[in-house]
Amino acid sequence: MTQRETQPETQPETQREVRRETPPETRRGRLLELRDVAVTYRSAAGDVPAVRGVSLTLGEGEALGVAGESGSGKSTLAMALLRLLPKTARVTGGILLDGEDVLTMSWGRLRAVRWASASVVFQGAQHALNPVRRVGAQIAEPLLVHGTATPARARTRVAELLEQVGLPAWRERSYPHELSGGQRQRVMIAMALACEPHLIIADEPTTALDVMIQAQVLALIRTLIADRGISLIMISHDLSVLAATCDRLAVMYAGKVVETGPSREVFTAARHPYSRALAEAFPTVGDLASRMAPRGLGGDPPDPMRLPGGCSFRPRCPVALPSCATRDVELWPADRTPDGQIPDGPALDAQAPDGQAPGAPPPDGRIPPEHARPVPRHTAACVHVLPEPAKESA
Amino acid sequence: MTLLEAIDVHVEFTARGRRARAVDGVNLAVGEGEIVALVGESGCGKTTLARTLLGLERPASGAVRYGGAPLTYSTRALKAYRREVQLVPQDPTGSLNPRHTVYEAVAEGPRIHGLPGERERVASALSRAGLRPPERFFPVYPHELSGGQRQRVVIAGALALEPRVLVADEPVASLDASVRGEILALLLRLRAELGLSALVVTHDLGLAWNIADRVAVMYLGRIVESGPVEQVLSAPSHPYTQALLSVLPESPSPIVLGGEPPDPTGIPGGCRFHPRCQVLAGGQAAEAGVDGRCRSQPLDILPAAPGSRVACHFAEAGRAPA
Ligand SMILES: Nc1ncnc2c1ncn2[C@@H]1O[C@H](COP(=O)(O)OP(=O)(O)OP(=O)(O)O)[C@@H](O)[C@H]1O
Ligand SMILES: Nc1ncnc2c1ncn2[C@@H]1O[C@H](COP(=O)(O)OP(=O)(O)O)[C@@H](O)[C@H]1O
Ligand code: SF4
Ligand code: SF4
Ligand SMILES: [Mg+2]
Ligand SMILES: [Mg+2]
Repeated sequence: MTQRETQPETQPETQREVRRETPPETRRGRLLELRDVAVTYRSAAGDVPAVRGVSLTLGEGEALGVAGESGSGKSTLAMALLRLLPKTARVTGGILLDGEDVLTMSWGRLRAVRWASASVVFQGAQHALNPVRRVGAQIAEPLLVHGTATPARARTRVAELLEQVGLPAWRERSYPHELSGGQRQRVMIAMALACEPHLIIADEPTTALDVMIQAQVLALIRTLIADRGISLIMISHDLSVLAATCDRLAVMYAGKVVETGPSREVFTAARHPYSRALAEAFPTVGDLASRMAPRGLGGDPPDPMRLPGGCSFRPRCPVALPSCATRDVELWPADRTPDGQIPDGPALDAQAPDGQAPGAPPPDGRIPPEHARPVPRHTAACVHVLPEPAKESA
Repeated sequence: MTLLEAIDVHVEFTARGRRARAVDGVNLAVGEGEIVALVGESGCGKTTLARTLLGLERPASGAVRYGGAPLTYSTRALKAYRREVQLVPQDPTGSLNPRHTVYEAVAEGPRIHGLPGERERVASALSRAGLRPPERFFPVYPHELSGGQRQRVVIAGALALEPRVLVADEPVASLDASVRGEILALLLRLRAELGLSALVVTHDLGLAWNIADRVAVMYLGRIVESGPVEQVLSAPSHPYTQALLSVLPESPSPIVLGGEPPDPTGIPGGCRFHPRCQVLAGGQAAEAGVDGRCRSQPLDILPAAPGSRVACHFAEAGRAPA
């Protein structure tokens, strides 16, 4: 279901849309796998470790949301996926797209992948449209450049693409300044769809758009994943937007994933205090607990060049324990039942190489060996998900 | 008591030879110590109305009153007025000069107005804005601060003039989710400590729920619904307010209005919302026998009353829209 432009006087434009509640259960396979990806920028002031070891997987037709405040490394990670980073960036680890490592691909192969498999909608890209060219020509460009379409075929395809994103075909003749922010964002999505990618990486696609236009763009993105089986990685600092669009969430802090799991669970029952702060930042209108009581997180965002030892979140953590200053914190299973066992459930979550669970097994030894249990669905990098830290009082 | 008031304000622009009625008849009052949220889609006229209340635009007709007296638009009168009613701009990064230290940024207003005790004034404004100890921030440049801290510096710059009203245009839209709550809490604290009034312009209904006493919902140059936040946001009467609330991420059945808000150079006749109205399109307005009026009979301009008001034929017909 797409939104159409009509003359205001002729036809009401209201549409009701039903949100997808449960993630698709059947996964056809793994489209993307990140293994311990790290990105360091070299700068005059020294090395900036922007991404510090991220392991994630994305199934076909799956939507993964990446949340975190500005500077947490979200955009860096997104650009690393297609090797779009500046030369000053050094990337390590493995990025497997359809089983092929993006980091070791030849340039020719990489160009083909960027063109045919995956597209990126960049943060603030509405402003990146060429102001003096009609949007139709800009959408047609990749089709013509890659030599797959004749000019006539490209024109038909542009009309199709505009229709898919809910713009009338005549908009092809518009210049960017004649479009609103939301319409420009749709044009960007049309450009990303031009070469029929399997994967779309959308970096803050709705930040700075107003609520109604944000709702339009999100409805469009949801339709595309549901109808066309496109996989999505969506980046935002607004957890509620991600939870409404994505099957799974990964919350980043200081270049690491600190929590990951099914969207609903991370949004409504976050286990990491940082995810909790993000989830509470936008109140539910009508919820009396948040009336006249805005909730925020104190302290300053971390400086990647001066991260504290132990848990990087400790300087801002309201529930820190003394040992958090020294202890190595990793992604531990967070959906433990009260007796300390991992509940049975589909293996939806991040999986490190060789079938190991993300992070080290907790030191309490109560978790059965890896091969004997399902991969955790929900993980968090906080000592409070371990069974024993409660004994250690602050 | 009413401190700042718009009385039947109209503001027009000429765009490509066409007349745009950006603000098309608005009554709005901000009481002493009151926080009012002005909400609505992009382009509906919020910023234009806010600028008019600040004396930055002159109404084509109608008037702005402060403390009961109409604004005088002489340079001197406006300068005095701006000490009382201060703007907090939307984008803290864009509004701070990268080459000025925090001290210089906050001292600028007091210097322009020739106010005594500059150092103490700057220090107290910074600590009120939550930058403590203030002296530590004096020599710091904007690029050395986080987004939230920059917004605090901008708020401190406004506070240094000891205003009675803050007009904040999207004060947290450019900030991260994690610092948003802190800045909103700051606005509440300033009201509690200094009795400050505020008009907060936003498209974020959660913000209104978090800090505002009253809310005014604007559509295409008019206020279409206003009243206490609990009433308007828990039980909205206007179909447009209902649609805005329905697209919040947690809402179960979103009503996504298509297109963009119609433009102010061609305001539809009858109810200005009728081309997009889901109650009219869904047939409920016809069932109530008001569909004819929806299409042809304009609605009255709402008064600036403290209670709940709504400009909708259907709501007036006494049926709460579904
Ligand atoms: N100087 C101007 N000249 C011509 N038209 C203008 C001018 N300023 C505003 N407008 C028009 O008036 C209308 C209202 O604009 P305004 O900036 O008040 O909207 P807004 O509600 O603040 O929107 P947003 O949420 O996007 O900030 C828009 O259609 C805008 O294009
Ligand atoms: N080209 C670059 N050179 C040096 N540092 C950079 C560069 N781009 C980003 N960074 C730094 O890397 C960290 C992560 O940035 P980014 O990936 O943009 O975060 P996000 O998208 O989560 O806001 C930040 O500390 C940022 O300042
Ligand atoms: S590990 Fe410790 S400091 Fe880190 S988030 Fe958990 S409680 Fe807070
Ligand atoms: S007056 Fe009619 S068209 Fe306008 S909002 Fe009410 S029901 Fe809808
Ligand atoms: Mg970014
Ligand atoms: Mg505005």
